[in-house]
Amino acid sequence: MIELGLELSERNGWAVLAVSGEVDVATAPRLRERLVGLVGDGRTRIVVDLEKVDFIDSTGLGVLVGALKRVRTNDGDLALVCTGPRILKVFEITGLTKVFAIHRSIDEATVTG
Amino acid sequence: MKVDVVRIQVPALPEYLSLMRMVVAGTARIDPLLDDERVDDLRVIVSEACTNAIEAVQARAEDQGVDVASSGAVVSLECRLSASRVEVVITDEAAGFDPAALDVLPAVTDPTRLRIERGLGIPLIRALSDESSIRSGPDGTMVKVALYAAAPVPPGIR
Repeated sequence: MIELGLELSERNGWAVLAVSGEVDVATAPRLRERLVGLVGDGRTRIVVDLEKVDFIDSTGLGVLVGALKRVRTNDGDLALVCTGPRILKVFEITGLTKVFAIHRSIDEATVTG
Repeated sequence: MKVDVVRIQVPALPEYLSLMRMVVAGTARIDPLLDDERVDDLRVIVSEACTNAIEAVQARAEDQGVDVASSGAVVSLECRLSASRVEVVITDEAAGFDPAALDVLPAVTDPTRLRIERGLGIPLIRALSDESSIRSGPDGTMVKVALYAAAPVPPGIR
């Protein structure tokens, strides 16, 4: 079984979901389920921390895009924390750096608003 | 010219995807033709191509009302290492798709783009490889990519 770590914490009114491991078609359903659950619980200001993600492909990106859409229709917001060049590269190539607010730290992601 | 060939065939199931990435990354590092960044590119390429294959097999199984896990459907990966390039071929035997139809995605900055959570895989394969071709038909899909070896750094530089 491929491990996907999902750890939830709280910062300045934001739900911070720290993801670790590999996000692909095998593990993305768990990430999707968790994010959908958060929004269902009324948590619509979400930071997804990707600092401990070793690998992400378009299936993982799709889950994040879906979550962004979901929080926005609920007047919320979703921000990312990511500094790893190998993870940032897939966001850059797919143009998603223009879609997501990508921050260098959880502090930076949660100061706004 | 010497060409080393590594082949692996796995069940067309999501839990084997990580293994496929490991095999391709491990193979590309045997005779380090590619630097770490390009090996990572290759991992993404293989993940995208295998995901498409797994999903195509899944869709076919659903159409036929069979359980994909017991259908025996496989995804095959072949890596070919030569002095100048790494070639990777990923094949499945599920009914294919029209690669040309995938070019019509709205730009990512277009607000309607947010409605589409899929379709980023083929653009990633194209962007991360030096050569790519995708052939798809009723008998299956073959994705073929090549990454060129890094030019050797001349002595005295860096």
